[in-house]
Amino acid sequence: MYVAVVQFPGSNCDNDAYHAFASVLKTPAKLVWHKDKTLGDARAVVIPGGFSFGDYLRCGAIAQFSPAMQAVKEFAANGGLVMGICNGFQILCESGLLPGALLRNNCLEFRCQTETLNVQDSTDQFNVAKLGKQVRIPIAHGEGNYRIDDAGLAELEKNKQILFRYAHNPNGSLNDIAGIRNRTGNVFGMMPHPERACEAGIHPSTDGLAILNAFLASAKA
Amino acid sequence: MSAPLPPNPAPELNVPITPELIKKHGILPAEYALIKEILGREPTLTELGVFSVMWSEHCSYKNSRLLLRGFPMEKKDPKALGKVLVRAGEENAGVIDIGDGWAICFKIESHNHPSAVEPFEGAATGVGGIIRDIFTMGARPVLLTNSLRFGDIRTSAQSRRLMRGVVSGIAHYGNCIGIPDVGGDVYFDKSYEGNPLVNALCLGTLRHDQIKRGAATGIGNPVYYVGPATGRDGLGGAAFASKELSQSSAEDRPAVQKGDPFMEKLLIEACLELMEVPGLVVGIQDMGAAGLTCSTAETASRGHSGIRIELDLVPQRESGMNSYEIMLSESQERMLVIVTKGREKEIEDIFAKWDLHAVQIGEVTAGNDMVVTQHGVEVVRIPASRLADDAPLYTREAKEPASIAQMRAWKPDSLPKPDKALLEKALPALLNHPTVAEKRWIWRQYDHMVMAGTVLEPGTDAAVVRLRLENTEKYVAIANDCNNAYCKADPKLGAQIAVVECLQNLACSGARALGITDNLNFGNPYKPESFFYLREAIKGLAEACTYFDVPVTGGNVSLYNENSELAIDPTPTVSIAGLLDDPKHVTTQWAGRNQSLVLLGDWVDALGQSLYLQELHGLKTGAVPALDFAAAQGVIDLTLSVIREGFVKAAHDLSEGGLLAAVAEMCFGQNETIGADLDLSGAPAEIRRDALLYGEGPARIVVATTTPDAVLAAAKAAGVPARLIGKTTPSGSTLRVKDLGLSWNVADLRKGWENAIPSLMDA
Repeated sequence: MYVAVVQFPGSNCDNDAYHAFASVLKTPAKLVWHKDKTLGDARAVVIPGGFSFGDYLRCGAIAQFSPAMQAVKEFAANGGLVMGICNGFQILCESGLLPGALLRNNCLEFRCQTETLNVQDSTDQFNVAKLGKQVRIPIAHGEGNYRIDDAGLAELEKNKQILFRYAHNPNGSLNDIAGIRNRTGNVFGMMPHPERACEAGIHPSTDGLAILNAFLASAKA
Repeated sequence: MSAPLPPNPAPELNVPITPELIKKHGILPAEYALIKEILGREPTLTELGVFSVMWSEHCSYKNSRLLLRGFPMEKKDPKALGKVLVRAGEENAGVIDIGDGWAICFKIESHNHPSAVEPFEGAATGVGGIIRDIFTMGARPVLLTNSLRFGDIRTSAQSRRLMRGVVSGIAHYGNCIGIPDVGGDVYFDKSYEGNPLVNALCLGTLRHDQIKRGAATGIGNPVYYVGPATGRDGLGGAAFASKELSQSSAEDRPAVQKGDPFMEKLLIEACLELMEVPGLVVGIQDMGAAGLTCSTAETASRGHSGIRIELDLVPQRESGMNSYEIMLSESQERMLVIVTKGREKEIEDIFAKWDLHAVQIGEVTAGNDMVVTQHGVEVVRIPASRLADDAPLYTREAKEPASIAQMRAWKPDSLPKPDKALLEKALPALLNHPTVAEKRWIWRQYDHMVMAGTVLEPGTDAAVVRLRLENTEKYVAIANDCNNAYCKADPKLGAQIAVVECLQNLACSGARALGITDNLNFGNPYKPESFFYLREAIKGLAEACTYFDVPVTGGNVSLYNENSELAIDPTPTVSIAGLLDDPKHVTTQWAGRNQSLVLLGDWVDALGQSLYLQELHGLKTGAVPALDFAAAQGVIDLTLSVIREGFVKAAHDLSEGGLLAAVAEMCFGQNETIGADLDLSGAPAEIRRDALLYGEGPARIVVATTTPDAVLAAAKAAGVPARLIGKTTPSGSTLRVKDLGLSWNVADLRKGWENAIPSLMDA
């Protein structure tokens, strides 16, 4: 059993995510090429950050058609745990595994900086309560402005599907949303990069470890 | 005489080669005579184009190469860490050993002219070009930096527009590929108005056994074209880069290429995968300046072989392209790869995995001719080594500009002694100058954290990046610098100070220097004063690099940096890569509370060419601060040694804005803004107080420490002047110079420093 990190040709945080799981958390991980039709013996799936196919059209618009994404959809439909980070979040939204869409930052520029996130509601699967009230996690995106229609937003709020909100909104996201889960609670997406907040002395914080651990703990459940 | 080539299949190319046509290609009459001698006949129009790009300044360094011979190319001690494995000029980029079988490969390159005309694409493709130079060597690119120079964005809307375009172009390309851009240096000065400088650096890592060469060897080995199809874009870009900018430069816009970072990402991954296959790749070279022409001529020349390519096999984006257009196109993200005969399927399979085309367009041949055919007709036949290596080399006439003696004659006594009001006003004025002000507006647009190894984010003296290398880790540091005002007033000394400044930056971050790459940005070399600047700056670099034993591993020369009115200030940008022996040595400029501040090096007693003089007195004049190599070496070595001993909490070198700007920046902590109480009464009374506080001078570093006695004792033992100048405050955020009765609210200083650039750019 391993954490499968799906690799698109334009992924560029694939090795960082792999490193965070395999080297820092010392849990088995495996890179899965986007042309692969199966995920093998995966216990959980991570869709990493990057620019999947250059993303000149819409972020994740082409990636959703990759064979590996068909396998991810099946995996999620069977209750498998899936986490999308940054471009991975965008791809999950494009694939319909998560609601909403991510548009251009309202400042119209790319932003790379460390943000304080207010930790929101827990689920049995993803126990964010253990993270504490706030975490410091880097962002790096040009299109992280989360949008959804009013009904969808009400739904997210009502079902406590919002995992993280920005303390200082950097991109114009509705209701300061930085990360969400799906209704059933097995698919997660967030724009900030927990894999860039794992190693003391190198990263701006180690709060990402708790997030990845929460994800893995839910995978065991 | 050799027999003429048959008529070109494209009728428009069969024209007589007139003197006007030769001139239009930037070829001098004597150079044309040499071309005829090499060919034994008149060149065809396509061949004339091929010679014009290969013998352009951009590709041949014809006006600078003789001067560059003074650079040290190797470490003095062949056994010392940092052995040069691939020397400057041998290949696309130099390679230096970093121990444990690993090496770094790095180089800086300019894209000034394209960025002046089309800032977004110009800067983006500059980044793309330098990345290709690095992975071509077999190295995995792991960091980017930039040296940027713009006009005064406080007064020039055009400069703000150029800066906005350049920064977003760099961000667009680097972010997509996923190589952290860890900053670099940025200066603002009127002389760059209309002619910004965009110098991009890339550094990569590789095992010694992964070093690849750009040589075509092995008769019969297939030559592959890899990457997207060739179009008419960037036609003659190398030649465009080798003339002055003018009102009509906008008409050259088609000579600026368009970048596709996703394509480059695919190329990086596919090429690195290809190069990992033992014995498959014989030679590899990117198609940068002068595209297909340069890559075929140079690989054949290095391989002492011939090369034959068939243009009908070259993927083409537009129909009806003739041989001149295909050979001179600078379409981006293309590579030339020579593989072992019989193993064609292996290269094709790897490129198919990445959905890229790898097309065989020719083969390595006997002899030394570069032969190009189209529609079965020979359109080019040129001896490759003579084309690649025999560009004429020149020493131009040099004349020292009169302004140099005039500036040197200026005396600080001509200014009234500063009163308290001026001394107080100066600090915020200097901190708010765009050159000193925080550059977060720029680097927050760069993904400086991807690869998850950026230890020190931009804004510190030197960037530090942790490298994950299979079974080991290394910590590499990089710093860029060049003060244009110094170089204008004294190009030799200015260039030397740029080297020292980089070494100091590295030392302040805890790193020792390994090697240097330089980007020589100057004006038109045919103007004697411009050539003087170039010659003297190179002399200065050579002397400094020799003294400090930092080999030059490559770089770039960019001449003709002139807009319609004036030449830029001479700008020999230098960038030095260094290594930390231990991650525990990583040091920042951010002091903590209750720490003693110790100045290593002498008091400053100079005002010439300082930013203070420019900003507070409107004078860009005076002698450049003196530099004593031994004194600088003493301060640098001492800084590193007290860092290694664990005595230092923070370190920052004196540069623009002098002592007080340095101390203020040390108080702008990451978590807290703090204050400091300084007492400079120990400084000799004859030093002007404005020179003491705001004067600039190399060989000075301020360290923050909780064990000042240990630092002072170490300084004494090393024979380096050092004195306690004050202490950071236990609470509050007031900066005081007690003996002069001066004080500032550091929180206010910081606000101005942080808002200076955003308030101009986001207004």
